[in-house]
Amino acid sequence: MEISLPTFDFLVVAPEIVVLITALLVMVVDMVIGREQKGRLAWVALVGVLAAGALSYYLWDGSDPALHDMLAADGYALFLNLAILVAAALAILFSLEYTGRVGLAQGEYYTLLLLSTAGMMLMAAAINLMTIFLALEILSISLYVLVGLNRAERRSAEAALKYFVLGAFASGFLLYGMALIYGQAGTTSLAGIRAAVQAGGEPSALLLVGLGLMIAGFGFKVALVPFQMWTPDVYQGAPTSVTAFMSVGAKVAGFAALGRVALYAFGDLQGDWRWVLAVLSALTMTVGNLAALRQANLKRMLAYSSIAHAGYALAGLAAGNAQGTSGLLFYLFAYAFMNAGAFAIIIAAGRFEGATGGGETLDDFAGLAARKPGLAVAMALFMLSLAGVPPLAGFLAKLYVFGAAVRGGLIWLAVFGVVNSVISAYYYLRVVVSMYMREGRPAAVPAPVCAGLQVGVALAAVAIVLLGLWPGPIVDLARVAALALLGG
Amino acid sequence: MLLDYVWLIPLFPLAGVLINAFLGRWLPRRLVAAIASLAIVASFAMAAVLFFQMLGLPAEAEGGGAGRQRIVPIFSWIVSGDFVVEANILLDPLSIVMALVVTGVSALIHIYSAGYMAGEEYHNRYFTWLNLFVFMMLILVLGDSFLTMYVGWEGVGLCSYLLIGYWFERESAANAAKKAFLVNRVGDFGLALGIMLIFATFGSVAFGQVLPAAASIPAGTATAIALLLFLGAAGKSAQIPLHVWLPDAMEGPTPVSALIHAATMVTAGVYMVARTHALFEVSLSALNWVMWIGALTAFLAATVALVQKDIKRVLAYSTISQLGYMFLALGAGAYAAAIFHLATHAFFKGLLFLGAGSVMHALSGELDIFKMGELRKKLPWTFRTFLIGVLALSGVPFFSGFFSKEAILSGAFEGGAIVPWLLGLVTAGLTAFYAFRVLFVAFYGKSRLDKKVERHVHESPWVMIVPMALLAVLAFAGGYIGLPRVLGIGSAVEEFLAPVFADSTLVHTAGEATLEWLLIGLSVVAVAAGILAAWWIYVRNWGLAGRLTQSARRLYDLAFAGYHADRAYMEAIVQPLRMLGEGLAGAVEQRSIDRAVNGVGELVGLAGEGLRRLQTGLVRNYALAMFLGVVAILAYFVLRGVLSW
Repeated sequence: MEISLPTFDFLVVAPEIVVLITALLVMVVDMVIGREQKGRLAWVALVGVLAAGALSYYLWDGSDPALHDMLAADGYALFLNLAILVAAALAILFSLEYTGRVGLAQGEYYTLLLLSTAGMMLMAAAINLMTIFLALEILSISLYVLVGLNRAERRSAEAALKYFVLGAFASGFLLYGMALIYGQAGTTSLAGIRAAVQAGGEPSALLLVGLGLMIAGFGFKVALVPFQMWTPDVYQGAPTSVTAFMSVGAKVAGFAALGRVALYAFGDLQGDWRWVLAVLSALTMTVGNLAALRQANLKRMLAYSSIAHAGYALAGLAAGNAQGTSGLLFYLFAYAFMNAGAFAIIIAAGRFEGATGGGETLDDFAGLAARKPGLAVAMALFMLSLAGVPPLAGFLAKLYVFGAAVRGGLIWLAVFGVVNSVISAYYYLRVVVSMYMREGRPAAVPAPVCAGLQVGVALAAVAIVLLGLWPGPIVDLARVAALALLGG
Repeated sequence: MLLDYVWLIPLFPLAGVLINAFLGRWLPRRLVAAIASLAIVASFAMAAVLFFQMLGLPAEAEGGGAGRQRIVPIFSWIVSGDFVVEANILLDPLSIVMALVVTGVSALIHIYSAGYMAGEEYHNRYFTWLNLFVFMMLILVLGDSFLTMYVGWEGVGLCSYLLIGYWFERESAANAAKKAFLVNRVGDFGLALGIMLIFATFGSVAFGQVLPAAASIPAGTATAIALLLFLGAAGKSAQIPLHVWLPDAMEGPTPVSALIHAATMVTAGVYMVARTHALFEVSLSALNWVMWIGALTAFLAATVALVQKDIKRVLAYSTISQLGYMFLALGAGAYAAAIFHLATHAFFKGLLFLGAGSVMHALSGELDIFKMGELRKKLPWTFRTFLIGVLALSGVPFFSGFFSKEAILSGAFEGGAIVPWLLGLVTAGLTAFYAFRVLFVAFYGKSRLDKKVERHVHESPWVMIVPMALLAVLAFAGGYIGLPRVLGIGSAVEEFLAPVFADSTLVHTAGEATLEWLLIGLSVVAVAAGILAAWWIYVRNWGLAGRLTQSARRLYDLAFAGYHADRAYMEAIVQPLRMLGEGLAGAVEQRSIDRAVNGVGELVGLAGEGLRRLQTGLVRNYALAMFLGVVAILAYFVLRGVLSW
């Protein structure tokens, strides 16, 4: 009897495999090198991430290969891979000095970081409910541990536990939704679900309820209101480099899967789900911004700001058209640079002597322009870009998604978006004002900033300027990626 | 062709920004100021060269030629399927006039700043921002699409915000900056929405594609777009009810007030409406709004200016009032007149602010005109230039303000807007009164200076006087580019701008010569009455002002407080919003803040800590919110299903 073995085209998941192997490598190297040399682990991790990024780019030849019905290396996945790997690479650069300062176990730290990255990438590539769930758990569990890795800090552990409990709750919703969908469609493949949705004339309530539960599950990962409440506590409690990483990576991954499920599998039921997403989008940006207005702690403020940005990005998805989808992708890519960059400055500010707030309060940033002009310029760029001031990347990203919403007939949502951008400028500018227009306390002596962090910050700052002024190449990629998902 | 090098105009200020931002710290102070000033002078020279080049071209497009309009490609900003935005420069009579005014006045004010800000601590920062402002302003007026204009629009707003708060140690300056920013955001919100609506309607944001197609869209859409754009214009150009930020913006250094809050940035709204007049003309109701808001602003702001004691506040309200004139002209379809007044106003109001700065410089920062007096003798050059500014602002014949104001008033009258014209006429009288009031009180009479201040009084250095003198020349002679039609020579500025407004459908029947003379005569009478009244009250019968004030106390207080616009905002909008924000934020935040405070320092182990937290109910609350969210989503889906079945 002949047993036909399934063929595996490993090239499809080559970037993910590279990241996973690097994770293992870090673990092994960690065991053999001395205590003083742990810092080198970061470079191992960085090389792996860069190799995966290069592979993702190289793989992108428009052929959109798939590994059975499980994973796809289509343009959509590869584009999001790039965003995720950008976040990972920046996070590694920002961690070089920080991990040592805070006293994080470096072997575990970089291993988990890479594992989590692999989970995010798999999530972007997943075209089956099973792989989606597996990827989600890989990324989540790594993140739970990363959040709690700072054992000296009470808030870190508290945040980890909170994130874990609520995350489990959200996973429950997600899994239940998947079960219902499977029950109705009889398959876990997204293509199969799409076929089932297209076949049935009237949408079955079971499918819709399943979709609703999945929206809630992903909504937790990307921090949509009302599934966002963990965000400020966790972002504040986690080591700042982890916050920089997860505030981007987890969001990108969540949106990746949500986009695939909503636009591809349930694409024909757009009329049913887009209102839910539109209302969630409006709610999310409004609540995020209003709460951010009165934060004095920058990590908390940025946490609320990241909630608001999830709302803006979701507007692209709610628009439901090609422009909205590519807008969402562009948004996530731009967001990776500006948000991670902003957290990096907090990491740097934490080293200043006399930074009573650990570099996390507005007071710690007072007079930064006089002491560290380079960092101040970068931070100002990040804040202005987050606020959507032209011609930076954040402005273009907002224009893109709100324009798509208007085209998709959701003018009211665009109005919400614009009003919210108007409000948000207030709290972003407070940081700029603090840096440029307030006297620093004499005690706040600037410490030398780690070179790796400087490079990362500079890259992020240049990227948001370039993405704003010369967005062509990335916009083109985002369009191709969106077409890979929507077909056509 | 030389015109293709128009990008040099904004490039010079940008170079100045980069040099001073990165190297300014190590450069000597004088060099920083020199670099910044030279950048703008070079930019002005380029604009002037291009202007004369343009004059050599045929005014009308004929035989395949584009006439004086030219689109100079810079780069393709966004190319994404059918969404294409080119970052191009639109060079036409309107944009070159704006560029000339902006760079010309900026150059003089930069030079003046070199003297005025010499002793300031953050010297290089000041000049960096000032150069950045000019760069952004040039992007605003030279861009060929709504989006590039928006880039400049936001950019100048940001620079204005930073420069108002330049003396950030003063709390009032920080507050003023914040207020300017917030009020402007309301306007920007309108502009952003308007641009989005334009994109949704026309599928493009380029002027060259949107404006010619304007006539083909439904009037309702056009009204919505035009009113949203006007909201933006009203915010930036300080029109009622969004005028409240400008008087407070005087907290910034005086050259900033002169440049940004009198001569250039605040006129951006006027430029925009003129540029997009095709959209406004589709919806006459929008144009009517522009006219009435403008007329009312001109009148009301002038009444407030009558009683202010702070010299800069008088000038600020005067600016609001003069901007109102420009909008009145725009609303009546007298676009060229509005741009003409924009230019002359930039000259004489810039000059008046520089004069006020020179006075402050001499008097250790004194602003109250009733604590001045007799400055005519102590500050002879400041006095002479200020006098010319006052004459021009008042609209005294043969000075620039006279010609541009005449153009506006006759334009309004001939456009059939009789009541707005009447308001404008009364405003002309009020303007002459408050302008001469400042002159008489501050520069004539007996010195009421503080003894300590009096000893240090000194005329400003030449680096400040020369720019003032040059502006004074412009404030006098600038009007001769726009002679009244009735003289038969023709208005040069109107003819130059004619191609830009050729598509206007509003018909202006040129009045009879007698009528024109009558209109001119009426406004001269109004101006003369204003001057005479000021002379009677503040020179002839010193002390009469006090008695008059007493007899009309309530009216005086009302005007002095700017009709309580600030308080109205505070009570009607700011307070309720603040309460709403606190409430909403409180609902989201309160518990976790308490937790952060209470939770420190009472813990045993990590697990215990975590479990304890779980038991405080916090996590349960979070979970409950999630659960309710899920229920809401599912309820929607189920209900939708039930309803559709």
